Amino acid sequence: MTDFDVIVVGGGPAGSTAAEAAARAGAKTLILEKDRDIGYPVRCGEGVGAKGLKHFMEPDPQWIAATISKVCMRSPDNTRVEFGMQDAGYILHRRLFDYALANRAGNAGAEIQTRCYVDGLIVEDDAVKGVKYQYMGEHRQLTSKIVIAADGVESRVGRMAGLRTATKLRDLDSGYQVTVGNVDIDQEMIDFFVGSNWAPGGYLWIFPKGDGMANIGLAINGQEAKDHNAHDYAHKFLNDHFPKASILTSVCGGIPIAQTLKTITKAGLMLTGDAARMVNPVTGGGIITGMVGGRIAGEVAAQAIQKGDLTPNGFKDYSTRWQKAEGKTHAGLHRIQDAIFDINDEQLNKMAHRLAKVPAEKLSLFKVFSAVARNKPSILLDVTRAFAGI
Amino acid sequence: MILVKDNRCDFCGTCVAICPVDAIELREADISIIHDTCIDCDLCIWVCPIDVLSSDISLDEKKEEVSND
Repeated sequence: MTDFDVIVVGGGPAGSTAAEAAARAGAKTLILEKDRDIGYPVRCGEGVGAKGLKHFMEPDPQWIAATISKVCMRSPDNTRVEFGMQDAGYILHRRLFDYALANRAGNAGAEIQTRCYVDGLIVEDDAVKGVKYQYMGEHRQLTSKIVIAADGVESRVGRMAGLRTATKLRDLDSGYQVTVGNVDIDQEMIDFFVGSNWAPGGYLWIFPKGDGMANIGLAINGQEAKDHNAHDYAHKFLNDHFPKASILTSVCGGIPIAQTLKTITKAGLMLTGDAARMVNPVTGGGIITGMVGGRIAGEVAAQAIQKGDLTPNGFKDYSTRWQKAEGKTHAGLHRIQDAIFDINDEQLNKMAHRLAKVPAEKLSLFKVFSAVARNKPSILLDVTRAFAGI
Repeated sequence: MILVKDNRCDFCGTCVAICPVDAIELREADISIIHDTCIDCDLCIWVCPIDVLSSDISLDEKKEEVSND
């Protein structure tokens, strides 16, 4: 007899969605959150696609900060390429969104505890049988049939079980973001700045948050991060472009842009969300993909417990279903990201000059990324798979 | 030895993700380097978005260490 069927480490979107799915399928489920608060601090640009969100819930005005219908891409010389999006997007209030997701997990029957720092695993015969954690300085442990590690970019739980989750420099972006007020921006448009002057190896974003507010952030690729730091780039941009902005929040964070880990399961353990490297490697967006992974993990965990097979064989469906849902697209996005990485500032400017002459109604994300594919035709199929129709 | 500059860490975990030997403990508002495990590779110093980490070993000293090994 174990304390719980499923223990989920981490109360972000992936963890809460996993817990909700497991609890709905009848598993006795617990979420352990490290921080005192679910959903805070918000280390995230907070953008999601409407289509992706719809698979999980209807948008609630309480946690929608802005609705996006346009996108603008800027080259290093600040040439604007602006067009409408066929699929609308939202900028969330993650603090409230994460609360709503955790609340859904709770309503489905999952228990939730904050201030619980998981610092070890209970392992018997190379199978994970529970977690060791600290609560208010006290060492505790709980047994479970399955642990779902949704512990974010750090992904330490997987490492505790012997999985190789540490990222390479190339596969980790170093990010910094401010939420600002008093900025005069189009509240229906997301703005991307690509080039080494804005953010070496990554990009800078402006995401509207309603009421004259915005998330302004950037990510520098790990390989470029030795000589550049994200904080300085963000503040230079603010000084140059929004000197009167009031800074309401500033956070930093790491964005894993690796391919999804080859091994995301072990006896008694499943990895999901950022911890399994499910983030979109082109955009750095990981909310919806994390929820997709989390839901599958929760469902498969509950099934495995019902079948009584807690070996990786019992979890086979997890990898298979992830591959089917997102895996192929994700691998393609990683190849696209690779191609973008090879494009220098001069090429980006040329591309932007050409695209800027195309009427906005004829442009789309697909068109823009097709221009990228000119440099590397081998990614054309990946571009079609990832961007056709959005 | 990797050092954490006082009171400046944002506890974001970027350093934890890159650490090849899992030598960083990070809680809600507490970071510590496990010096026995740390191999002084400096990757955490590079990826920190706000330059909170530093090394007390200069590059020359490191080269010397390597040549002495």
